[in-house]
Amino acid sequence: MSVVTLQLGQCGNQVGQELYDVICSDAQDAQRRTTHTTVSCERFFHQNKHGDLVARAVLIDMEPKVIKQSMKKAADSGRWRYGDDSHFSQKQGSGNNWANGFCVHGPRHIEVVEELVRREVERCDRLAGFMTMMSVAGGTGSGVGTYVTQSLRDAYSKSFILNHLTWPYGTGEVIVQNYNSVLTLAHLYQLSDAILVHENDTVHRICSQLLNIKHISFSDVNRVIAHQLGSVLQPALTADSHGVYSRNPLGELVSSLACHPEYKLLSVCTIPQMPSSSIAYSTFSWPGLLKHLRQMLISNSKMEDGIDWQMRPPSASERTRSLTGASFNTSLANLLILRGKDVYSAEAGGFEDPALYTSWLSPETAFTRWNSPVPFNKYEKSATLVSNSQALLKPLDNMVRKAWNMFASRAYIHQYIRFGISEEDFLDSFTSVEQVISSYTQLCN
Amino acid sequence: MTQSVIVQVGQCGNQIGCRFWDLALREHAHVNKRGVYDEALSSFFRNVDSRISDGGACGVGERIQHLKARAVLVDMEEGVVNEILQGPLREVFDSTQLLTDVSGSGNNWAVGHMTYGSAYREQIVDKLRKAAEHCDCLQCFFLIHSMGGGTGSGLGTKVLKLLEEEFPDVCRIVTSVYPSAEDDVITSPYNSVLAMKELTEHADCVIPVENQSLVDIVNKIKYMSDGGKPGSVIKRDSAIISGRGGLSGAEKPFDAMNNIVANLLLNITSSARFEGSLNMDLNEIAMNLVPFPRLHYLVPSLTPLYTLADVNVPSRRLDQMFSDAFSKNHQLIRADPKHSLYLACALMVRGNVQVSDLRRNIERLRPSLPFVSWNQEGWKTGLCSVPPVGHSHSLLALANNTCLKSTFVELSERFTKLYRKKAHLHHYLHVDGMEQSCFSEAVTSLSSLIEEYDHLDATKGKIVLDATRLSIAT
Repeated sequence: MSVVTLQLGQCGNQVGQELYDVICSDAQDAQRRTTHTTVSCERFFHQNKHGDLVARAVLIDMEPKVIKQSMKKAADSGRWRYGDDSHFSQKQGSGNNWANGFCVHGPRHIEVVEELVRREVERCDRLAGFMTMMSVAGGTGSGVGTYVTQSLRDAYSKSFILNHLTWPYGTGEVIVQNYNSVLTLAHLYQLSDAILVHENDTVHRICSQLLNIKHISFSDVNRVIAHQLGSVLQPALTADSHGVYSRNPLGELVSSLACHPEYKLLSVCTIPQMPSSSIAYSTFSWPGLLKHLRQMLISNSKMEDGIDWQMRPPSASERTRSLTGASFNTSLANLLILRGKDVYSAEAGGFEDPALYTSWLSPETAFTRWNSPVPFNKYEKSATLVSNSQALLKPLDNMVRKAWNMFASRAYIHQYIRFGISEEDFLDSFTSVEQVISSYTQLCN
Repeated sequence: MTQSVIVQVGQCGNQIGCRFWDLALREHAHVNKRGVYDEALSSFFRNVDSRISDGGACGVGERIQHLKARAVLVDMEEGVVNEILQGPLREVFDSTQLLTDVSGSGNNWAVGHMTYGSAYREQIVDKLRKAAEHCDCLQCFFLIHSMGGGTGSGLGTKVLKLLEEEFPDVCRIVTSVYPSAEDDVITSPYNSVLAMKELTEHADCVIPVENQSLVDIVNKIKYMSDGGKPGSVIKRDSAIISGRGGLSGAEKPFDAMNNIVANLLLNITSSARFEGSLNMDLNEIAMNLVPFPRLHYLVPSLTPLYTLADVNVPSRRLDQMFSDAFSKNHQLIRADPKHSLYLACALMVRGNVQVSDLRRNIERLRPSLPFVSWNQEGWKTGLCSVPPVGHSHSLLALANNTCLKSTFVELSERFTKLYRKKAHLHHYLHVDGMEQSCFSEAVTSLSSLIEEYDHLDATKGKIVLDATRLSIAT
């Protein structure tokens, strides 16, 4: 089955390009496994009449520069490309204003975008669903992205929609980013099947501490995100797929992780991640990888560096939690994806411990495992965990706190009112996001 | 790609504008080696085929035929504009873009605003519309003027009002040159305060620069290049003050100062013109830096000002560039933002600088800079990959900071000193449409602006608790 992606805004278009690049080079690297390659290509690409791989993507931005760059990079790779007319851009950006994207640019251009999406959908033999890629900080990704997601939901009510969001650095990208984030999350929560989140701050730390990159650029950050996403989305075997690569990656992902409408926030961590020059000199064992990964999960560190090894699952009597202190990260559901050599020998029992999960879901329901004997992206063995847990609670709470403080002095509100978002709309959005925070906080009770 | 139109009004506005076009041409010539009219060029220049009457426009991607500035030049004297028309930049403008009178505004805001404002209203609107029609996506008007005289301050703010009426959706960024305390125009406090009211009400952003700061910077650069400390050799043709390499030959007294302002404008627009890993569009400036509609005055600082000779700058010197942007002697207005309160701050970086350099420096500088309680992380950043000519990188900081209060208080005091004695008032009240209430309204507007800064300043240093959050029933 095929996934149609929508890349929105500067961030979405840059991350999307890196994602296709990783997937394409991985699929072709794994040529010895022909079914794997075929399934991966069918999932993300179609072939044009010259036999080139063309990404099943629609590129949307309100200014032309980034799309042009991404299309050029893709064409220069020589392995794949974007469709010549599956992109839409305008001349003037949304100016970091969610309201401008959602109330002005979205409605104005939705027909063109819908048409581009429809053409892409019709190219698929079978549609698995949509993945939208965007940041929540700016105006186009967040505002237009939300509007487009809404229209996808209307037009394809039965299809899965996974929103991939990039959360901005805590400081220094866009000043109104917390407003834009709250508005985006509040709206997407009603529309999306699951929301997969990458935080720039976390990824930046991975670049500096695990990959030893001195001068970190956005393309380094985006490549890490693409690697993690790719390791989730590449074909894998599920428990009931009987040796056939799972046919609907989005459906399987959503059904194993987003079992309750109040809980839709997914985070990802991957192990190992290291400079490519070191890979050849490293050996990995499944027990070692999984032991690290489990501790990363329960102590909520997204990196194997600086894991809190003291963290233990709490006994039934001590299930309390504070937002500030280091605390045990309770999960609602986890999906473990293992790729590489001797994958079937890997023992993942540690993830089936009931203490890891909320009391109202049994570990058998809460835990899912996918395998693939094909190694991913040059790592002989690798493990990725997609987790619906409290991992994003703290950054989300910070985001809302900062936005709420700003809202209390009504700073910047006039910029939104100008495009038709009122103070009541803000309050509604705050209420829904506070509801999400409250639900995740309750998870450990 | 979007386009911008520069509207230069009065003597000062036209002189700065002239430097701007010279430097803009030089910058594009440096980047664009193939002589093709590209999108970056199209943001400030039209490409016309002069063989066709009425100037047949050539599109992006074609060869450069004849570049015309997207500009409207307004002055109520002929001197400066005529000089431009006889100088090397004459080809860049044509007569339809110009509007001049012969008699000047006599350093009288009312003459510029009321008399010329109504006499030339139709013609000005007509020229603005023409300039706008040449753009396929007009994003921004840049108005350049001075506050002290008559034409720049009076007619300049009239043009600003007309822009708002005619093009309400197009961003208006104003560069205003503020007079020094020892200004030779006696009525400059009147003119400035009257103009301030219009700026506060009708501009999206105002970037104030002060003559005295520019003089100080120029003197310091000249001093350092004439010897200074050994080892700190300044490039003779530092792009900041020198127009060398541009079209104009011999330099005139104000050229060095005007060059600094022209560089400021070049850097503001760089991210909208060239590629970068973190674009910063012009409409993002107001969105991020203006939390309350009237508080839209942004303190500019430019680094490196005192360029050192070698181009390959090591990381420590790169960090120095960030530190300098917050030091007193790199501000283009006499103010000390570091010891006042920041409402928001934008860093617009050009050249080979990565996001990690940005992050490191923000983290390093943040503890020493006081930000308003609800905007502790009030940083906006842009990365443009094309550096200015002759530099490996550069930084423009725009700060919404309460330090402007002292400038405004000083201005208000100078105004009151004259106004108490009703000095020179009759020159203004003679003018049709000008009433004494204009003065009182203008000074009230300025006082309330100062008050708003005061309120914010009062929160400085106080521990402000988080606002009580909405509670969710469980």
